Amino acid sequence: MGKIVLNSVRKSFGEVDVIPGVDLTIENGEFVVFVGPSGCGKSTLLRLIAGLEDTTSGAIVIDGSDATALPPAKRGLAMVFQSYALYPHMTVRKNIMFPLKMAGMDLAEATKRADAAASVLNLTNYMERKPGQLSGGQRQRVAIGRAIVREPAAFLFDEPLSNLDAALRVNMRQEITELHQSLKTTMIYVTHDQVEAMTMADKIVVLNAGRIEQVGSPMELYNHPKNTFVAGFIGSPKMNLIEGPEAAKHGATTIGIRPEHLEVVSEGGWSGVVGLSEHLGSDTFLKVTTDAVGTINVRAGGEVMLRHGDRVNLAPQANKIHRFGADGKALA
Amino acid sequence: MARAVTTQRKLVYTIAAWSVALLIFFPVLWTILTSFKTETSAVANPPELLSADWTLENYAEVWGRTDYPRFFLNSVIISVGSTLLGLLIAIPAAWSMAFVPSNKTKDLLMWMLSTKMMPAAAVLIPMYLIFQRTGLFDTRTGLVLALMLMNLPVIIWMLYTYFKEIPGEILEAARMDGASLRDEVLYILTPMAIPGIASTMLLNIILAWNEAFWTITLTTTKAAPLSAFIASFSAPQGLFYAKLSAASTMAIAPILILGWFSQKQLVRGLTFGAVK
Amino acid sequence: MATQSSRATARLMVAPSVIVLFIWMIVPLALTLWFAFRIYRLLSPDRNGWAGFSNFLWYFNSPDFWLAISNTLVLVGGVLAITIVFGVLIALLIDQPVWGQGPLRILVISPFFVMPPVAASVWENLFMHPQNGLLAAGAIGLGMQPILFLEQYPMSSVIFIVSWEWLPFATLIFLTALQSLSSEQLEAAEMDGASALSRFRYIVMPHMTRAITVVVLIQTIFLLGIFGEIFTTTQGGPGSASTTLPYMIYKQAVIAKDIGRAAAGGIIAVILANIVAFFLMRSMGKHLDT
Repeated sequence: MGKIVLNSVRKSFGEVDVIPGVDLTIENGEFVVFVGPSGCGKSTLLRLIAGLEDTTSGAIVIDGSDATALPPAKRGLAMVFQSYALYPHMTVRKNIMFPLKMAGMDLAEATKRADAAASVLNLTNYMERKPGQLSGGQRQRVAIGRAIVREPAAFLFDEPLSNLDAALRVNMRQEITELHQSLKTTMIYVTHDQVEAMTMADKIVVLNAGRIEQVGSPMELYNHPKNTFVAGFIGSPKMNLIEGPEAAKHGATTIGIRPEHLEVVSEGGWSGVVGLSEHLGSDTFLKVTTDAVGTINVRAGGEVMLRHGDRVNLAPQANKIHRFGADGKALA
Repeated sequence: MARAVTTQRKLVYTIAAWSVALLIFFPVLWTILTSFKTETSAVANPPELLSADWTLENYAEVWGRTDYPRFFLNSVIISVGSTLLGLLIAIPAAWSMAFVPSNKTKDLLMWMLSTKMMPAAAVLIPMYLIFQRTGLFDTRTGLVLALMLMNLPVIIWMLYTYFKEIPGEILEAARMDGASLRDEVLYILTPMAIPGIASTMLLNIILAWNEAFWTITLTTTKAAPLSAFIASFSAPQGLFYAKLSAASTMAIAPILILGWFSQKQLVRGLTFGAVK
Repeated sequence: MATQSSRATARLMVAPSVIVLFIWMIVPLALTLWFAFRIYRLLSPDRNGWAGFSNFLWYFNSPDFWLAISNTLVLVGGVLAITIVFGVLIALLIDQPVWGQGPLRILVISPFFVMPPVAASVWENLFMHPQNGLLAAGAIGLGMQPILFLEQYPMSSVIFIVSWEWLPFATLIFLTALQSLSSEQLEAAEMDGASALSRFRYIVMPHMTRAITVVVLIQTIFLLGIFGEIFTTTQGGPGSASTTLPYMIYKQAVIAKDIGRAAAGGIIAVILANIVAFFLMRSMGKHLDT
């Protein structure tokens, strides 16, 4: 079981409100991703749930009981840190068994569990090594192993993939997703990378300056961003946000069009000159300086034979235009 | 630098570096050599090396005339005792400054170091009187206390820099894994900090062993360590060089050997963590 | 980055150190301050009472006092200059590819393990002695007059001895710093066309700032109180030529047995140390911040 409810959780360091007040419900078995730019408070929020920071006010309820004042060890949560935080003087086996030893579990049972975790994570051949002798990906697995042996109510991940190289990151991302599918335990995952958020999450929580901007499934956030912040943060390449007379034509202060929702047309639309074109084969990314709406990004499917200096006409798909008011909020 | 160096260049550097190093080491070497010469040989002009009369007589005489074992034992007790007592007080302090820092931590460290800036001679009289009144004068306990307090800032500072290198996330991980404060210190912090604690210990034993103000002014005979032993030899008359050298060698040899063996750990500690 | 309970524990654990150090500092200081304003002579115990500022005025009227102050500062400054300049040079040399770097380090660090009274008496007798010292023998061998080091150049001689004791410390810190300098930085500078001299000036030296700061800070703390070396070699003489402030205080206390004056001198020394510390911390503090 791992249902976590935050009731107006507030955190301040001295005068500064890092988290002015957050309400959030995380259902049992959900994979929730906290995403936002650096300094948005996502890590602090995770550490509040972990119990590594005091909650200034509000309540953290885990499985129906108030855990706000409980020390980290008593909350039944496991955490995977950004630096992995492996114990350098212990072997992989001892690292994985440490939480069980702390829980006073007998050695035979603890060994059995550690071996089981190791085989799930492909660590069986490394059990007697020290963390210093492992690669980045293996260390990451040890950190996960140390978390799963405890069979916690929920897993907390603090930017666990940011120290890995790009290829490994994709692999580990998939492994963690598969782990979630097989364990079906609640996972809370902090990242600044919206691709990780989109690919892994059941539910994304977008944070900005300590406030929740929007909560929803990846597709909800993609299709219906509540405000310009979420609109600009979710999706890659970024949504084009256009102000001025073109926006006014749609009765909005700002309109947003995703690069993939712009089409190259032979006539009409916005005329402009291609500044940069990146040909990936499957996609072509264009940076076009238009006369009407400034520089915008375009994602054209497949091979599009446009080069630097070519003149193009672009037209937004009419039903994919997001409209935002003067306060940045989406207009119905 | 991952660059091929010609053997010739390496040879030139080697000769230069060894010449400088031997020059720096020479006074120590010369003292040791002189200690094995007869008094006549020791003051011979021009200085004798190959033609010198070698003897162990000086050691026998210094040993016979003084109570070297007592001085030696006092030195050991005072330097080791003050270091261990200092560690006992300093470890918790350094732990909390390293892992629960506040905005006053840096100032606190600087203040601690500044207590060492008070010249010892300035407070000699009060110290002398306090030691007389409390019965600590010329006792090992008194010197253990005095040297512990004298070196405490250094111990705290060194431990602090070692502890600070242990990532806080590891201690948090232990906390998440269900470790109590006791478990955290016992299973995680101490094993990880042992190299740092060891080199702090070594450096402070050396500092305490070589301390020569309080050990001389606050003792007469009973608790006098080797620094006082050598001070009594410092006014040589006549043909006294070889014996002075023998006594000097006896005073510095234990710490010199300890220092040579632990040189690697020491150098790291000496930098106070401020230089990586 | 911590919880309430860990902060409370932390304060509890730092308390013993703070308390004992505070007592160690404040009690002798308070007593010294008290004595400084008293007439307290061991040779005439019947005369006592308040002395006002007379103990302090004695110093300011004594011609030796200003000499002692300047000797103290010259000693600190001289040793710092010698150990830093030679320390950097020797560290640069040892950092080159050489055979036997390990044994080299052992030789270089050795003077650090020699206790001050031994260092001083070895230099005084075995080396600087005008008849039997090795340096005299060398001078005679070259057909020159032996130099009367401690008689004619007492301050320089003391500075030299103390520098020998502290050179290993400086050298090893600089060596550690040099070894942490990334070779890529130097190679980048080389690609940018920097000569060996400009690489030293613009890459190596800035990298060493922190190490130099540490050396200055730590050595000053120890050098301000230098006593044993002077006591063993020159006894502050000839005359007062090599008397430093700590040694002057010591003379008042132990030879003249005037506790009041010695205490006043102590207060002056503490003030001097604080002035030095103030400038030191102010100019160095920023280099030590991590």
